[in-house]
Amino acid sequence: MSTAVAQKKGFGAFIWDYLTTVDHKKIAHLYLVAGGLFFLVGGLEALLIRIQLIKPDNDFVSAGFYNELLTMHGTTMIFLAAMPLIFAIMNAVVPLQIGARDVAFPFLNSLGFWLFLFGGLILNCGWFLGGAPDAGWTAYAPLSTVSPGHGVDFYVLGLQISGAGTLIGGINFLVTIINMRAPGMTYMRMPLFTWTALVTSTLILFAFPALTVGLFLLMFDRLFGSGFFNASMGGNSVIWEHLFWIFGHPEVYILILPAFGVFSDVLSTFSKKRLFGYTAMVFATTLIGFLGFMVWAHHMFATGLGPAANSIFAIATMAIAVPTGIKIFNWLFTLWGGTITINSAMLWALGFIPSFTIGGTTGVMLAAAAADYQYHDTYFVVAHFHYVIVGGVVFGLFAAMHYWWPKMFGKVLNETLGQITFWTFFTGFHLTFFIQHFLGLMGMPRRYWTFLPGQHLETGNLVSSIGAFLMAIGAIVFVINVIYTSVKAPKVSGDPWDGRTLEWSIPSPPPHYNFKQTPLVRGLDPLWIEKMEGRKGITPAEPLDDIHMPNPSILPFIMSLGLFIAGFGFIYQVDNLSYLWLVILGMGITLGCMLTRSVKDDLGHHIHKEDLEKEGAEQ
Amino acid sequence: MSDQTLNPETMPEQPERATLEGKNKFLGFWFFLGGETVLFASLFGTYLALRNSTNDGPGAEELFGLELVFVMTMLLLTSSLTSVYAMYHMKNNSFGKMQLWLGITVLLGLGFLGCELYEFYHYIHGEGFTLRSSAFGSAFYTLVGFHGGHVTFGLLWIIALMVRNAKRGLNLYNAPKFYIASLYWHFIDVVWVFIFTVVYLMGVI
Ligand code: HEM
Ligand SMILES: [Cu+2]
Repeated sequence: MSTAVAQKKGFGAFIWDYLTTVDHKKIAHLYLVAGGLFFLVGGLEALLIRIQLIKPDNDFVSAGFYNELLTMHGTTMIFLAAMPLIFAIMNAVVPLQIGARDVAFPFLNSLGFWLFLFGGLILNCGWFLGGAPDAGWTAYAPLSTVSPGHGVDFYVLGLQISGAGTLIGGINFLVTIINMRAPGMTYMRMPLFTWTALVTSTLILFAFPALTVGLFLLMFDRLFGSGFFNASMGGNSVIWEHLFWIFGHPEVYILILPAFGVFSDVLSTFSKKRLFGYTAMVFATTLIGFLGFMVWAHHMFATGLGPAANSIFAIATMAIAVPTGIKIFNWLFTLWGGTITINSAMLWALGFIPSFTIGGTTGVMLAAAAADYQYHDTYFVVAHFHYVIVGGVVFGLFAAMHYWWPKMFGKVLNETLGQITFWTFFTGFHLTFFIQHFLGLMGMPRRYWTFLPGQHLETGNLVSSIGAFLMAIGAIVFVINVIYTSVKAPKVSGDPWDGRTLEWSIPSPPPHYNFKQTPLVRGLDPLWIEKMEGRKGITPAEPLDDIHMPNPSILPFIMSLGLFIAGFGFIYQVDNLSYLWLVILGMGITLGCMLTRSVKDDLGHHIHKEDLEKEGAEQ
Repeated sequence: MSDQTLNPETMPEQPERATLEGKNKFLGFWFFLGGETVLFASLFGTYLALRNSTNDGPGAEELFGLELVFVMTMLLLTSSLTSVYAMYHMKNNSFGKMQLWLGITVLLGLGFLGCELYEFYHYIHGEGFTLRSSAFGSAFYTLVGFHGGHVTFGLLWIIALMVRNAKRGLNLYNAPKFYIASLYWHFIDVVWVFIFTVVYLMGVI
């Protein structure tokens, strides 16, 4: 059935194909496009922030609008750009790396995407409906509970819906990696990117429910008059801080671990060596994931939890630097003595090592609780987390896109444009954020709308703003590169980098069943093993046979649309109770879809052996 | 997946895990319950932090009586047991008995829900104790209400499965569905044991 749809070429069929697809490779495209667009929106917000701060006493934007920009920049970048782009890469790569034909729950995979998208849309609707969220991406109570208008309601409902999508995505990847590995693909033979995807998914599973609860409490306080964070009713706003950071700190590792995985794969491929210290890398990844849950209160050193709590959390936080250091050294030793190719993907990986190390170092400085009373809520913290998030996560995403673009689309991104992107972005990044360390140490608080003249903050802010424009240029060149490549670049083979792992053993882009015959994995870097033994491809684990594939479905889209509608009902019922009808309508749609899904059998379909043989002859 | 593979002559020992889809559902649902555990843990933490913040309104000692809650606990614990019987019959491939025990499970669950609604009604109209009374009120209704919402969802789910499969009986496609619904039911039961202890017992003692 899906092949029939694919053969019809019309635009309507194309859209319908993507609305209903359950193919992890197409869902990766959806995540890439949506996450990429939100990345541009978040970048635009950042530019407006930096224009406002380009000189003292500026009034380029109003104070209220500045708060909205700042809040939406952070929220968009974390939840709507970085997370979905990571899911894009995980969807595109993980099933191929473990030799699977699809994920464990193709239907839920699609549902996860649509929930994220509709949540992101709700969040951004605030711009057009009387004001965006303005209480910071951390939405601390009671600022967030008393913020007037509906801005913060959009934050609450938007994140609730997209968070549900993320949770579903996390469970899907957990089960995929545990249950769907090809024969011989033991845990200790999994490529490091797959390992990090596994640990990240675990973190998602155990971290996101805390945010879910926090958002529910905030929602009840704002929309239904409960008093969780309302001191006059006996409430306690510190509860929000705990719930937010119990989610929030694991979240930063959710973001960075897949990037670590990308760099591990990229560095090993382009050094032509197996990853140095593979076992230690796996160990460090899981250790980071584990420790990530024990350090949340380092964001609350200044809240007043007391010296005992602060000391414990300070030491736990510093401990994370140990496995992180292990990783840095293993990457360096992977390069050591390797036959190194330097191309765009590799440049991002090489640029990452020193940049991230700086971010890790300032992290350990911040972890010293006594010193953090000085650093907290200054630009020093802003510099720290941009060094780890941009220098780590964003560099990782760029590396991943350059590395796996040929696998996803069959074409290599233009190398010249790729290098221009890297050098402008890399320079701009350090210009923007390095100087912010010093602005912070000089006492410039974060999140302020303006700064005063004559306090030696002018030059630093000017430099920082110039850097931001360089980063924007780099990002634009990347977009140009994508367009140029899809129009001009020639098709490449399935294995343009002389790769080591399973994804490079199949055509680019892969057929929708990925592997015609399930591969037999005989060690770490399975494709490399076969190459060393003089074979061209992977040894199959089974004879050619019918392939079972899942059916496409429109239900995930409608289900998410239902929640989108209900979200508006929840937000506006405080103004007028008749909006409760929207809640009923929306929830009705969603629950109706769930019921349909439950009672209608969906057995999937088969691709027949004869058709596979025909396709093989054509290739 | 053909009809034959889903309807074998003899049912395997663990019909819920006999197919890859079944295995995935089984594992995925366990993970989901892991996430649910964090969800309820967060709610319990919030409740513990706020349980004395009564804002001069009624507190736990004045409100809670153990008689009704004891009945509710018995209803829900028994329903967990009956769902175990249902799964036992599923593994023996006796569909009729499975449906029967699931039906009893649903009735017990409905009984529990009825008691809970009566309890809430009594607090709200008898005692004037609501979500908006105090931070304690907010935490109480949110924690217990989330559990009640889970019970409601679980009942609708089990009923839907029973109705849908009433005519065609058990096969390897729906066995995992029944199985994870019963897992969900056990989970709800375990959460209730904690609510009984933390909210009610610790509230009156
Ligand atoms: C060696 C590892 C790290 C250590 C020791 C560390 C430590 C800290 C500490 C103590 C703070 C709180 C500072 C304050 O508010 O006063 C902080 C903030 C932050 N860190 Fe890190 N960090 C590390 C790595 C990372 C990584 C890998 C990421 C993300 C990928 C990250 C993202 C953040 C963010 C986003 C904030 C600021 C949150 C906010 O207040 O808005 N950190 N870090
Ligand atoms: Cu942290």
